[in-house]
Amino acid sequence: MASRSPRPRDKETNRVIRPGYTYAVVDDVVNEPVLRTPLGTPKWWFGAMAVALAGLAMFLATVVYLIVTGIGIFGNNMPVAWALPIVNFVWWIGIGHAGTLISAALLLFRQPWRTSINRFAEAMTIFAVICAGLYPILHLGRPWVFYWLVPYPNTHGLFPQFRSPLDWDLFAIGTYMSVSIAFWFVGLIPDLATLRNSAKSRIGKIFYGILSLGWHGSSKNWQRYMRAYLLLAAISFPLVLSVHSTIAMDFAVSQLPGWNNTIMPPYFVAGAVFAGFAMVLILAIPLRKLFNLEGLITMRHLDNAAKLMLGTGMIVVYGYFIELFFAWYSGVEVERFMAVNRMFGDYGWAFWALIFCNLVAIQPLWLTRVRQTPWMLFVISVLVSIGMWLERFVIFIVSLTRDFLPSSWGNYSTTLYDWTLFIGSLGLFFTLFLVFIRLLPSIATTEVKELVHHDLHQGHDYFEDIRAREAGLEVR
Amino acid sequence: MNQSLDIKSLRHQLDSKQGKEFWRSLEELGDNPEFQEYLHKEFPRQAAPLESAVDRRGFLKFLGASLALAGLTACARPLSAAEKVVPYVRQPEEIIPGRPLFFASAISQGGYAEGVLVESHQGRPTKIEGNPDHPASLGKTSAVTQASILGLYDPDRSRSVLQQGSESTWEAFTQAAATALEESGDGTGIRLVTEPITSPTLASQIRAFLAEYPQATWHQLDSFGTAGIYAGTELAFGQPLMPTYNLAEADVIVSFDADFMGDYPGKLRYSVDASSRRRIRNADDGMSRMYVFESTPSIAGAIADHRVPARPSTIIEVMAQIAIGLGIPLGAVPVRTDASVDQSIIDAAIADLDANRGSSAIFVGQYLPPEAQAIAHGINDWLGNVGSTVEYRQPPEGRPVETDELDTLVSAMQADEVTALFMLDVNPVHTAPAGLGFTEALARVPLKAHIGLYADETAQSSDWHVPLAHYLETWGDARAYDGTTTITQPLINPFYGGFSGSQVLAALLGNTEASSYRLLADYWQARVEGQFSSFWRESVYQGIVPGTQSPVESVEATWQSAPVAQLSDLVVNFRPDPSIGDGRWANNGWLQEVPNPFTKLVWDNAALVSAATAEEYGLSNGDVVTISTDSLEIEAPAWILPGQAAGVITLHLGYGREFAGRVGSDIGFNPNRVRPGSAWTAAATMSKTGTTYQLVSTQMHHALEGTGDQRHIVRRGTLEEFQAEPEHPGFVHPVPHHESDLFPDYEYNSYKWGMVIDMNVCTGCNACVVACQSENNIPIVGKDQVAVGREMQWLRIDNYYSGSIDNPEYYHQPMLCQHCEKAPCEPVCPVGATVHDHEGLNVMVYNRCVGTRYCSNNCPFKVRRFNYLQYAELSDTATELSMASNPDVTVRSRGVMEKCTYCTQRISSARITASNENRTIRDGEVITACQAACPTNAIVFGDLNNPDSEIVNHKASPLNYTLFEELNLYARTSYVARVHNRNPEAGEA
Repeated sequence: MASRSPRPRDKETNRVIRPGYTYAVVDDVVNEPVLRTPLGTPKWWFGAMAVALAGLAMFLATVVYLIVTGIGIFGNNMPVAWALPIVNFVWWIGIGHAGTLISAALLLFRQPWRTSINRFAEAMTIFAVICAGLYPILHLGRPWVFYWLVPYPNTHGLFPQFRSPLDWDLFAIGTYMSVSIAFWFVGLIPDLATLRNSAKSRIGKIFYGILSLGWHGSSKNWQRYMRAYLLLAAISFPLVLSVHSTIAMDFAVSQLPGWNNTIMPPYFVAGAVFAGFAMVLILAIPLRKLFNLEGLITMRHLDNAAKLMLGTGMIVVYGYFIELFFAWYSGVEVERFMAVNRMFGDYGWAFWALIFCNLVAIQPLWLTRVRQTPWMLFVISVLVSIGMWLERFVIFIVSLTRDFLPSSWGNYSTTLYDWTLFIGSLGLFFTLFLVFIRLLPSIATTEVKELVHHDLHQGHDYFEDIRAREAGLEVR
Repeated sequence: MNQSLDIKSLRHQLDSKQGKEFWRSLEELGDNPEFQEYLHKEFPRQAAPLESAVDRRGFLKFLGASLALAGLTACARPLSAAEKVVPYVRQPEEIIPGRPLFFASAISQGGYAEGVLVESHQGRPTKIEGNPDHPASLGKTSAVTQASILGLYDPDRSRSVLQQGSESTWEAFTQAAATALEESGDGTGIRLVTEPITSPTLASQIRAFLAEYPQATWHQLDSFGTAGIYAGTELAFGQPLMPTYNLAEADVIVSFDADFMGDYPGKLRYSVDASSRRRIRNADDGMSRMYVFESTPSIAGAIADHRVPARPSTIIEVMAQIAIGLGIPLGAVPVRTDASVDQSIIDAAIADLDANRGSSAIFVGQYLPPEAQAIAHGINDWLGNVGSTVEYRQPPEGRPVETDELDTLVSAMQADEVTALFMLDVNPVHTAPAGLGFTEALARVPLKAHIGLYADETAQSSDWHVPLAHYLETWGDARAYDGTTTITQPLINPFYGGFSGSQVLAALLGNTEASSYRLLADYWQARVEGQFSSFWRESVYQGIVPGTQSPVESVEATWQSAPVAQLSDLVVNFRPDPSIGDGRWANNGWLQEVPNPFTKLVWDNAALVSAATAEEYGLSNGDVVTISTDSLEIEAPAWILPGQAAGVITLHLGYGREFAGRVGSDIGFNPNRVRPGSAWTAAATMSKTGTTYQLVSTQMHHALEGTGDQRHIVRRGTLEEFQAEPEHPGFVHPVPHHESDLFPDYEYNSYKWGMVIDMNVCTGCNACVVACQSENNIPIVGKDQVAVGREMQWLRIDNYYSGSIDNPEYYHQPMLCQHCEKAPCEPVCPVGATVHDHEGLNVMVYNRCVGTRYCSNNCPFKVRRFNYLQYAELSDTATELSMASNPDVTVRSRGVMEKCTYCTQRISSARITASNENRTIRDGEVITACQAACPTNAIVFGDLNNPDSEIVNHKASPLNYTLFEELNLYARTSYVARVHNRNPEAGEA
């Protein structure tokens, strides 16, 4: 089925939306992939889904084996009691932060360009949090009693021990999940109503009809919608900072050299945004191509995402070096040893790979040409994702291998199941994401239409021109 | 009338059957109309189901079970009214469920008894402690003794008489034996092979046997070198004598390759006594001085002031030099061919010995040539030590073992002179040196009978195998190294129907129905004057027969010249393994998993080489080498051991077994395959094969140099330094630090438990590690899991060294939960599974633990162990080994964290007792398992709030320190810094 956009495969634009887009065009472009019949689903989607489902199957099989046998199937040992499951947990949670930042923070900072990417970024957040949230349960020695971390009235008369950062994690992830879902869903309602109206099949009408909760576009609806949306954004915004700070507290609160750093909360948050934008780009670049969304996810979006990535990346690199500096400056023997060991010990290779991925690989992003070349961005984003994974590996695992008493030093190696669980979680994530882009609009059409409104009524994008001039960009 | 049905004989009938036969008898019983009528009369309601075939089976099983189980309790079968076991602490009438009883007995190690008290819960022995009244143990135990409780319940023990591998009966065996004996007439061709026998009853039976069969011979096979001791003293004094030392009087101890605290008759006693002279607390406490010249790091060497690595030939040269330095007319003096030992050390030793005549003690290794040993004993005599620090007594064995007994036996076998061979509790197919050719010679013997705990390698090559009863299952007697006799009592019925050595000898003498008890009682009755029953009661109760110490012989040394030969550039030391001996304990999982004191290797043996030798051959840990002696060769993985003498390879025996059982088979390599003869040292060559083998060690980093020292983990100094700053020695407080906290301290007003560990006397012997494992039901995990760092022992002994890798100082630091008052593990547990109690213990609540393992991450000592998999046996997968479990301690499931609890179950038990008696717990009432076992009393535990308690003195010592004070832990476990009493003249060594 041919797209109805005015100039398909037109050259890229660095405006926020391609000039000439109307409300109808926006609806068509975004909803067309969603409203296709099942048999009309593009072939690449089936292929991708097959791979994702295979990953999901690997995940489920590993989980069953894990619960039946015990976490001894992983490579964890003494002293490395936290290993790949925790690295992967933090990696996933970090990824989720970009979505919330785009949705909530950029909304409150009045950045209109957020509207093309916020919907799928929020979806990415939710799915990342799902993947992440499973790990703290699965890495437990006795996962069937994980709910003891929840303060519920019980016959033991016991509450969790609230001084423990792991319990704070529970609340952090719990609120993150619930608020993200609420925010995402509330934002979806008008778009779902559009789909309900455009749906051709009976099933489609019923499905989107139920989901859109009886939205009929009255002023009252819109008023309440805007208020709720802003309120949820305001609630979500602190989560960008608090959730990953709480996760960082897992490490900062302990006394292990390498973990016990006050820089952890802001450093982790910066890292989360960094990794999150990398994942946003990894998702956005193929998506815009495959669903013909170049008019809505434009060079501007890629450019801005890349800038955010570069900025937060430099904060993270600052974190690396300041950690090493303070380890030396403190004069504390165990800290100094940790710093030297991190760079030159048995796992020194991981540190230098990390420096390459997170420092060297992002330097090309200073160049506009690089920021506006999708394949280059994609490669850099993948390197950043790997680099952020390595960062967690270096901080969590390598610190544990060499702690206070030399007699308890011990190395760590992964097992097959560490990897099947991780790759399986990628399978879970992509399954959910593929289902999302097939069934739900991946762009917030309602919000994009606000930009269209400006474009149509001002003749050009008023805000766009100002910003373009400020950024020194040629408007094309 | 059904009264004719004799339940008692019924029971007896059922008792003697096992397995399928038992159930068959029960079925037959069910068919018996008299029995059915009896049931109807006695159990009218329950008997009704007999009508239906299905219910009948179930009912009979139940009935049969109760009939049979009634016979399996400890106090039923062999212990009729006359055979009462006598508990140590309380009379039998006061059995209280949940309260254990303690029975005195003795374990025989290489023939020598060590007195033990066995803790028994409801008729089931679960834990072994030392017998404080026994002179060989003084209440202490070794790692092997602690682990022997597991051996009792070993499911791999043999359970029936075997003939050519198929099940047979005792009667068939005794018949075959009788036939062979009859055919021999006067005993020609009959050979009896045992380990060194100290049991007076058994020795007298053997003598009676030899009297009846004058041409028969008795060979004792020595696995621990005692034959060498007797050869040495015989050369020195004209008769074989057992040296017994009184180290409490020794101001100077010099050891020539003798691990007198780890591998020597009397080692536990010597550990207690030697450590009593090294337990320095204040600068004006005196301290003995120890010189140890050794070819491989040993237990005694670990706490020596001067530990000198040297090859055996060098040690002999040094000994000769010292003898001459003391003025002894030795005759030809060997020229020093090896300059590796500094002359200043030798001069220092001479000076110290000279200044301490009569209060010094010379030890010499049982593995050195007898001529060398004779010189050492002579030095003792020369210095006037005999009579004060050492006495030479008559051997406790029935007949002292000689060095060539195995050689003689094999020659006889090869010459077809042996028609029947009875091997009692020995495993020569595995333990005999390959150079002798025992296995090949064995095939020539027509009748080969093996009596042992396991159907081992020798049993596989024999015609007959008879299961031996474990020492905890049978009556017997044994003598300690100094002759003190113990009448050992059983704690439980023979599990697998084993027979004692006495029963076997009685059968050979024609009495096949004898009971061990009867044989023992008859022997003693004939020798005791006065009231036998009160003698018996007293002796069994106390665990020693008073007045049985071996008489002292007066001695006068004759002088030998020192043996000179340096065998070759490279020599191999064959030594029994510290954990599994000559292999007899290979199937004991605890002993396989307890790390070797110096290498920390588990589940394997290795070719231990020095760093210099490794460099010469280009070896790293795990490289497989081929070691060759004469015509034999073997492949073995190498391991670099700092402190090993250059040019010496130590091979630990006991591994490479084929039929040890599920746990012990196919582990490591058998050094006997490269051993040319009965000598304990052999010339060898070595070459690299190029392959590697994974050796698993529990500790990856031992050196203190650099970061280890800067963390102030092992604080040490010399006696001079301590005396210079007696109140505040600099080496104990290298960095001024004050623990500080904004919050007010918690007031510990009731008991305040604490522990002090003395690094001056901890030898790293592992007794505490195995004691803890036994007391707290700690599972073993196997080699693969230890390889990934998941060993479960709550207590580990960290082994560090400082100084050069060729001649280091060793330090052993037992590491267990420090029970920090401000424990970092507590605030980070999200469910509150680890909390602090009002007496100062950090308490682990297994039921609440969800397994996040954050507590382990925050513990600076990494003393917390996690059950990554289901390591412990649960009820549905349990084997007999579970019966060794202590019922006072939970068995943990997978997914929960565990750690040292300061033996909270013992504290609790003492608290209950005290509260019942309306008083507080007294000092010494709570003894933790590790404290009880430690042969050097390195661990002290007690109530810090009790001003009279022993621990308060230790804590007040200026040498006392806690680890990582800067973390504000306020740890309750502290360490006493190591003080080296070096001779200032001795230079750097």
